[in-house]
Amino acid sequence: MSQDSHQESFIKKYIFSQDHKVIGIQYGLLSLFFLLFGFFLMMIMRWQLAYPDQVIPIIGPLMFENGILSPDMYNSFGAMHGTIMIFLGVVPIVVGAFGNYLVPLQIGAPDMAFPKLNMVSFWSYFIGGFVMMYGFVLPGGAANSGWTSYPPLSDLATAGQTVWLIGMVFLITSSLLGSMNIIVTIVQLRVKGLTYMKLPLFVWSQLVTSFLLVLAFPPLEAAAVFQLMDRLAGTSFFLPTGLIHGGAIVDVAGGGSPILWQHLFWFLAHPEVYVLILPAMGVVCEIIANNTRKPIWNYKTMVYSLIFLGFMSFAVWAHHMFQTGMGQGMSAFFQITTMIISVPSVVILSGLFITLWGGRIRFNTPMLFALAFLPMFGIGGLTGLPLGLAPSDIPLHDTYYVIGHFHYVVAPGTIFAIFAGIYFWFPKVTGKQLNETLGKIHFWFSFVFMNGIFMPMFLQGIAGVSRRLADGGTTYAHAANTIHYNEFMSWSAWCLGLAQLPFIINMIMTLIRKRKDKVDPNPWKATTIEWTDTTSPPLGHGNFDTVPSVYRGPYEYSVPGESEEFTPQSKKDVNSENK
Amino acid sequence: MQIPYNEKLRPDTGLYNAKLGIWLFLASEIMLFGGLFSAYVLLRSSNADFMMHQHYLNVPLATLNTIILITSSVTMVMAWVSLKLNDLKKYKLYMLLTLLCSVGFLIVKFFEYSAKFEHHLYPSTDNFLGTYFTLTGLHGLHIIGGMVVMIYLVGPGVKMWETNKERFTNRVEVIGLYWHFVDLVWIFLFPALYLL
Repeated sequence: MSQDSHQESFIKKYIFSQDHKVIGIQYGLLSLFFLLFGFFLMMIMRWQLAYPDQVIPIIGPLMFENGILSPDMYNSFGAMHGTIMIFLGVVPIVVGAFGNYLVPLQIGAPDMAFPKLNMVSFWSYFIGGFVMMYGFVLPGGAANSGWTSYPPLSDLATAGQTVWLIGMVFLITSSLLGSMNIIVTIVQLRVKGLTYMKLPLFVWSQLVTSFLLVLAFPPLEAAAVFQLMDRLAGTSFFLPTGLIHGGAIVDVAGGGSPILWQHLFWFLAHPEVYVLILPAMGVVCEIIANNTRKPIWNYKTMVYSLIFLGFMSFAVWAHHMFQTGMGQGMSAFFQITTMIISVPSVVILSGLFITLWGGRIRFNTPMLFALAFLPMFGIGGLTGLPLGLAPSDIPLHDTYYVIGHFHYVVAPGTIFAIFAGIYFWFPKVTGKQLNETLGKIHFWFSFVFMNGIFMPMFLQGIAGVSRRLADGGTTYAHAANTIHYNEFMSWSAWCLGLAQLPFIINMIMTLIRKRKDKVDPNPWKATTIEWTDTTSPPLGHGNFDTVPSVYRGPYEYSVPGESEEFTPQSKKDVNSENK
Repeated sequence: MQIPYNEKLRPDTGLYNAKLGIWLFLASEIMLFGGLFSAYVLLRSSNADFMMHQHYLNVPLATLNTIILITSSVTMVMAWVSLKLNDLKKYKLYMLLTLLCSVGFLIVKFFEYSAKFEHHLYPSTDNFLGTYFTLTGLHGLHIIGGMVVMIYLVGPGVKMWETNKERFTNRVEVIGLYWHFVDLVWIFLFPALYLL
């Protein structure tokens, strides 16, 4: 696009950019920072769990009075760890970074449909993140009512909670604008020939995810408005009559319902789980098809499963609320829907396993991460079934079992898919390939230590250890047999932190290394159209020198009769003439 | 760089980009107000005294406001039709009328609110008034948001008419869709809070 080669100022090009690729990178860097920060909070908390009330070495005296993480701060760190990881880390990286960067390239669009909104979406995320961080310097610290912010506790909590709610409104705005943009881009800007059933599964996963974000986030916004009113205007939407706090009756009109918040919150937060996992599945589909050199097993079934997952995720929210006394009818309904929603998840996972069968698998770093995703997500999913049924959920509720379950879905699940995606698309973004040896070191250590953290949680949870105790439960007799696992888990967590160093070093080293020869625009020999682009990456302002047309499905690997092992989507089909 | 289908309709969907965008935005707004309304239903059904303060609400003023808003929806359509008929002057007239209606709506709202405050009825008084102030307040914010866009489209934004007629008309259609939605929310709020 030579007419666009005019000089743009630095600020317009890299800071207030409207180019989806730059915005994608901005999202990626900021969310990686937040992921690291959220992990850092957890590493401090794990010291407190392993060695309760001992001075934290090195950083303790710098950060806290007495050098100890107090129970109040532990609560606050726990709430912020959850909030940061979900709303500031994983969602922005899977939708904001991957979605923004790759969707227009995979569908052959020149940019997102609304470039200005895209920019606003990023900066709204930035402000939301900043506002959330501001809570840490307030008296009483950041929000400390858990990432779920259950009232009445959150209604009466310190000022950090108000800041949390305001930050949340910005983050909701950001996701809303971003996801609308992705839907319009996919529906309106697909190139000639790219019908829905020829879309790469990554694009499908982004489409479903975006619908979830558009429709599920607003009820949380409604709840946030109500809670803000409770905190600032003195209403009592979530405060029941006769509530006693600190030995005195709380002076409000009363008549509200704390359960109302839980309904509104989980109406968002359950689809949110699928927002975290669907794009990860999309990334894994791309990488597995590419590295087994086989088409994805039963593409259409996968697509319908994705859509069905998205649809059903709106009807399972109250399985988080079996202990609220909402009645047997409600419990029965949500148990049934929860069992139904596990079916398409299993279909997708099985589809990916079947795809491996008989493939000539290339074990490069992205593939290792993608392969690890399968059993890790499998463990996360299967351990979720007992939580979806009220009789087994009630004893497990609020124990470490729950923590183990959802971390298996999100941490070794989604985070591994994110790593896989970064290793896979790094050559597309920068024109340079990450070092394989460092990548494999990163993978194996991450894999071992992730399991070292989360596997013992199931045992602790089955023993009944509560997830909310700042000392891990030293004073409880039923925790006595499993509490010593905490030390092992904490050391695993710190080692996992160290295991990220090869990744960071790898990225920096690769970026500063001079490019010697002309890079291969398609290093993985992939078929989807973001790789068929002829310009050498990193890409300039335009996306395609010549806009490709699409003639075939996304995963035509090892097609009999074709001259090459892989057939790009943009290759004309000689058999069907006049097309 | 040109984004396709900014003005023209994409043949297989029959839409231009912004129209699909605004429909998605309105879908999310329906979920927002849906959440608010269901909270209202839940709070009301779980408390026998919930409607205790309803008689303080001023039904004649709210009826007047309903009429004002419906009128503004009509003038909004007329503004868009005028553009379709290539008549910029009439467009400006109708757009200003719409703005006038929305200012009128806010003035009536102001009198309603201050009458409540004079009787010492605040959001904290009970949950009915809390719901009333929260829902009508959020609706009022939507009115103000719409007014900001309208002021832009009748003021500095009108320059686009000279360079890109089609796109400007689309913009007016999009804000029109939004405005009808805000109108519709009021049509639900009015009976839910004042009458039933």
